[in-house]
Amino acid sequence: MDLIAATGAWLADPAHWQGPNGIPIRLFEHVGLSGVSLVLSALVALPLGLWIGHTGRFSWWIVGSANAWRALPSFAVIGLLVPFTTVLDANLGFTLYPTLIAMVVLAGPPILVNAYQGVAGVDRDLVEAARAMGMKERQILAGLEIPIALPVLATGMRSAAVQVIATATLGAEFGFGGLGRLIVLGDANQDNGELFAGVVLVAALALTTLGLFVLLERRLTSPGLSSRTAG
Amino acid sequence: MTAAGRGHARAASLEFRGVTKRYRDAAGADGAAARGAVNDLSFEVPAGAICVLVGPSGCGKTTSLKMVNRLIEPTAGEILLDGANVMTEDVTALRRRIGYVIQQVGLFPHLTVGRNVAVIPALVGWSEDRQQARTDELLSLVGLDPAQYRSRYPAQLSGGERQRVGVARALAADPPLMLMDEPFAAVDPIVRERLQDEFLRLQRELAKTILFVTHDVDEAIKMGDLIAVMEEGGRLAQFGPPDQVLAHPASDFVARFVGADRGLKRLSLVTIGDLKLEPAPDRPGLPAFRPETSLRDALSVLLVADARGGIALDDAGRPRGFVTVDAIASALAEDRPGRLPA
Amino acid sequence: MSSEPLVRWDWLFAHLGPIADRMGQHLYLAGIAVGLGFAISFALAAVSIRRRRLYPFVTLLATAAYTIPSFALFAALVPVTGLTVLTAEIPLVLYTFVLFVPNIVAGFDSVPWDVLDAADGMGFTRGQRWWRVELPLAVPLVVAGLRLASVSTIGLVTVSAILGDSLGGLGYYILDGYHRHFTTEILVGGLLSIALAVFADVAFVLLQRFLTPWAARRTEKARWT
Repeated sequence: MDLIAATGAWLADPAHWQGPNGIPIRLFEHVGLSGVSLVLSALVALPLGLWIGHTGRFSWWIVGSANAWRALPSFAVIGLLVPFTTVLDANLGFTLYPTLIAMVVLAGPPILVNAYQGVAGVDRDLVEAARAMGMKERQILAGLEIPIALPVLATGMRSAAVQVIATATLGAEFGFGGLGRLIVLGDANQDNGELFAGVVLVAALALTTLGLFVLLERRLTSPGLSSRTAG
Repeated sequence: MTAAGRGHARAASLEFRGVTKRYRDAAGADGAAARGAVNDLSFEVPAGAICVLVGPSGCGKTTSLKMVNRLIEPTAGEILLDGANVMTEDVTALRRRIGYVIQQVGLFPHLTVGRNVAVIPALVGWSEDRQQARTDELLSLVGLDPAQYRSRYPAQLSGGERQRVGVARALAADPPLMLMDEPFAAVDPIVRERLQDEFLRLQRELAKTILFVTHDVDEAIKMGDLIAVMEEGGRLAQFGPPDQVLAHPASDFVARFVGADRGLKRLSLVTIGDLKLEPAPDRPGLPAFRPETSLRDALSVLLVADARGGIALDDAGRPRGFVTVDAIASALAEDRPGRLPA
Repeated sequence: MSSEPLVRWDWLFAHLGPIADRMGQHLYLAGIAVGLGFAISFALAAVSIRRRRLYPFVTLLATAAYTIPSFALFAALVPVTGLTVLTAEIPLVLYTFVLFVPNIVAGFDSVPWDVLDAADGMGFTRGQRWWRVELPLAVPLVVAGLRLASVSTIGLVTVSAILGDSLGGLGYYILDGYHRHFTTEILVGGLLSIALAVFADVAFVLLQRFLTPWAARRTEKARWT
């Protein structure tokens, strides 16, 4: 149909692979920022979640608020951040911070909650046995709890990654770049080819990320563990 | 001795005739060697009796039980309830006529104890008042105060309490037959003994026909009027009253299964009150036994006290006769017919 | 630094009516998606329970659909179904599957085996067993799914603002406020949509507690036989 032909034509055009609005730059913006925010978020959320899971302290807070955090609509978060970050963005050519901050904030809960659940879900008898054998707390965490919790942790990272890519896409509506920008520009220019190319690329990126993380989860599940659906 | 005259439903007779269950994916040429399969099982249980199916795990006892209420369908043979083949009746109607008690009880977590007990009456359309009255009656019968337990949830009960509710639930529609699959296995030994004693007391009052499955020989001997010993492969190794199985095991398997101490086990079936005794000598310091003491316990006391004999008392506590180790041993020489109802 | 105050309360009070309308629209769009999504998911779950081998496929498709960012999916449908409610609803419904189906399946799987055996043995028909035993016991997880899907959908309705002024619920204020550099409007849209989502979350938690009185009492165990 027309759409497919238009999209194909747009993607095939070499001009669209160069320059500031070219696919490589947009892809780089999108993936690069997603990666950065995932790392930033994980730097805080992962250790915190592991610690809460291992010690059990503040767990009531997580259990109570975990789902409330999931309730945050990313569209609203980005939008709300715009008025407060204009100061930061004054120097840049485009709006980065609302989207970036939103991505970091929204990636946190899945990583945190799953880190907590993964560690807390380890059979307490195992932990007690390890303690009785003379393992130190840090050794128990690193040598016993984390390996067993890895599948759940990976699912949390996967959730966060999907969330982050979606948020980055949305950010285009608020001035951010990335692949979402192609959709916005395509709509503005009434260029269905560009719009759909953006859609296809975004979908491809998201599904590829999903696939990679699923493979990662499979790899990280020790053969000794039974299969678990988590997250 | 039957309760028919006391307003309870007539107890039903139960018969297994050549009942066989084969599984298609089983090993062996005819498939009958598969775990849980049953092979040509035949025995008769008169109305009002407790028949215990006992045997090692995998011998087909639970499978046999489940064929009575058709949770499993037999490959061959017939099961007759009051002379009628269970396969001829509508399966739902059949199951509602048979009480079913399982090891994990299976109480509905989302219903209160009261509603759990009244499940079948509610299903067949009794009025609320009738349900309530019956529920209270049954809860009292199994030793639970209705006012306290009626509105509790199963999650709030202990194992023993849950088991009692399970029995009450099975009795709700006053069924002529009860199927019980290791009902007391999931509780600790002290609770189990109490439940067994109370159940026997209940049975004396209700006189239902009961098919009871257990892997515990001692429980079988204690509970059963008739014992069906099953062996691997689902075959019937022996059928008869407990004393007969203990005194004359039909095969090496049965002898090994009931245990080398079967002589002592037989002694637990007889009490001091059953013995004919010589007059008691006038000697101080001898152990005394009430009439309900089992010979096994009496023998144990005598051995420990290193005494030549003890004093048997009558119901009023007066000396009745002299119990010696020899007198106890001679009780083993006779065959006892058991507790079959008249 | 502009002399504009952060919040223009006069604007807010002047627009209480339209804001309420937008909130109504928000709930309307979310409600349709959750309702329709639940119905379809229930059917999918029923099939998955009966034919277990299909279940991984169903989950895979639902997950894949959920992974595609809403922004892209809404935009992709515009040439096909225009700037209509349908364009908004199709992705919203699709996004509920991955939240509903696993929870419904898990709900029915959570019914203990011995409870089912006892029900069969006592003479429940298939239908009676489903209605009176399985369904009530599956409720906790099913409601958990409803909770997740409702909260997620309320969030995603905001994105439908990109489809034009007639859609988007409270998201309209976020986008419009952004384009007009009007902070008050952004705050109204953003904070209210967050509040709506949190409110829905709490409401479903309460609903779950109301529907499962037996779970609440689990901690009060008797101690004697």
